Amino acid sequence: MDGLSITVMIVKVLIVFAGVMIGVMAMTLAERRISAFMQDRLGPNRVGPKGILQPIADGIKFLMKEDIIPTAAVKPIYILAPAMLIIPALMTFAVIPFGQTVTLFGKQIALQVADVNIGILYIFALTSVGVYGLVLAGWSSNSKYPLLGGLRSSAQLISYELAMGLAAVSVIMMAGSLELNDIVAAQQGELFSWNICRQPLAFLIFLIAVYAETNRLPFDMTEAEQELVGGYHTEYSSMKFSMFFMAEYANMITAAALTVTLFFGGWDIPLVNEVSLGFFGGILSVMAFAVKTAFFLFLFIWVRWTFPRFRYDQLMRLGWKVLLPLALLNIIITGAIMVFTA
Amino acid sequence: MATIVKSYEPTFWDRLYIPALVKGLMVTIRHIFKKKVTIQYPDEKHIPPEGYRGLHRLNKFDDGRIKCVACEMCAAACPSHCIHIVPDASPWEEGKERYPVRFDIDLLRCIYCGFCEMACPEEAIELTEIYDFADYTRESFLIDKDGLLEVYEMTKDENFYLREKENAA
Repeated sequence: MDGLSITVMIVKVLIVFAGVMIGVMAMTLAERRISAFMQDRLGPNRVGPKGILQPIADGIKFLMKEDIIPTAAVKPIYILAPAMLIIPALMTFAVIPFGQTVTLFGKQIALQVADVNIGILYIFALTSVGVYGLVLAGWSSNSKYPLLGGLRSSAQLISYELAMGLAAVSVIMMAGSLELNDIVAAQQGELFSWNICRQPLAFLIFLIAVYAETNRLPFDMTEAEQELVGGYHTEYSSMKFSMFFMAEYANMITAAALTVTLFFGGWDIPLVNEVSLGFFGGILSVMAFAVKTAFFLFLFIWVRWTFPRFRYDQLMRLGWKVLLPLALLNIIITGAIMVFTA
Repeated sequence: MATIVKSYEPTFWDRLYIPALVKGLMVTIRHIFKKKVTIQYPDEKHIPPEGYRGLHRLNKFDDGRIKCVACEMCAAACPSHCIHIVPDASPWEEGKERYPVRFDIDLLRCIYCGFCEMACPEEAIELTEIYDFADYTRESFLIDKDGLLEVYEMTKDENFYLREKENAA
């Protein structure tokens, strides 16, 4: 690796990291504003014009707060847990292609931090690691509600991960590759070439599983503020709490980006050949990707403020008795069609 | 009487749940564009309707005489005993013989029930629409006769908050 490619790599890492963090900040505000609008309220609109500086005010407040560690907590794990949640959340975005390859200074630059040939597998592995953060936070707090929250998250994990993986398998079958770039490339072309049109059932299963994956309503049993006080982060305060908070939103951004990549053609704009447009096409593709991701982020908020929470036996029933058979059926159908049309 | 409960067998369409979910989503998105109910208090103020029971006032005749005759009916009617009146002979030639030398209301004890208003035979004491009279000390919530007459001047013409809004505009 020469000096230039290392520089390019560092710049890409910084851009992605900054992008995700800005996304997180925007999401904390968007969630509060949109939820307020849905309830016919105004939401925070005092800090800065239309309240856009609210996330900064929140951040300052988090930093100034007292950092409490319960005496009965297992201190090393208690401190480690928020980091274990946020690091995978930020790492996952590394393999997602957020734009087409651009040529800059006579050099091909892929708009993706790391082109891993097992991209999807890497994402699933990391998001599963994130659950350890939840469980450990719940356990090390040495308090009953966090423990229940942690327990629930492990119960939740086994009920959605399988269906999610199998839904992704049908997409992988269509593309014939685990590489996210190949999956995006397979979706380019005519109008109905996005996987949402080819695999609507898989999309639905994947979408439902993603909500469970990111611990968002209607599947936020780990937090469940009406039942478990604050769930796994009940005992956390100050910056540690805000790390959980950021991890949740970072996970949402990654999940939205992944949904876009797998089912909505990634950075593809239908009927436009971005590659022929050169550098301008690269910018267009990044914008298309951002808009699609923003829509799914909005959907997260929209769904959260519309549906009530599932009970966790209901989630298990949904996962095992509905989503899993449907995902398997979908794989069989996909396989059959692929065999007969090939 | 027993009610006959008709049981409803969900159809296949119902059991898909997706149409119902979409319906729910449509409800929430509609609300995003609706008019918001929030009143941003110090900037905009809620205008209370007619008959709102807020801060008290003592009414005057057009020539400046106080309407109150210090009969102490209001003090008697008051369930929280927050009205204190010291009566004396009226200094005016015409009209009523008695008037209040002192007329104190403890606004912190008052429960704004409006009984004083109902008990008053002269329509002298009334509750106005003023609701935001917060302050830092307990003493400032003891309102005397002058204060009550001042409230009358503030509210006699039209709704206090309507006028405030017009002045601001």
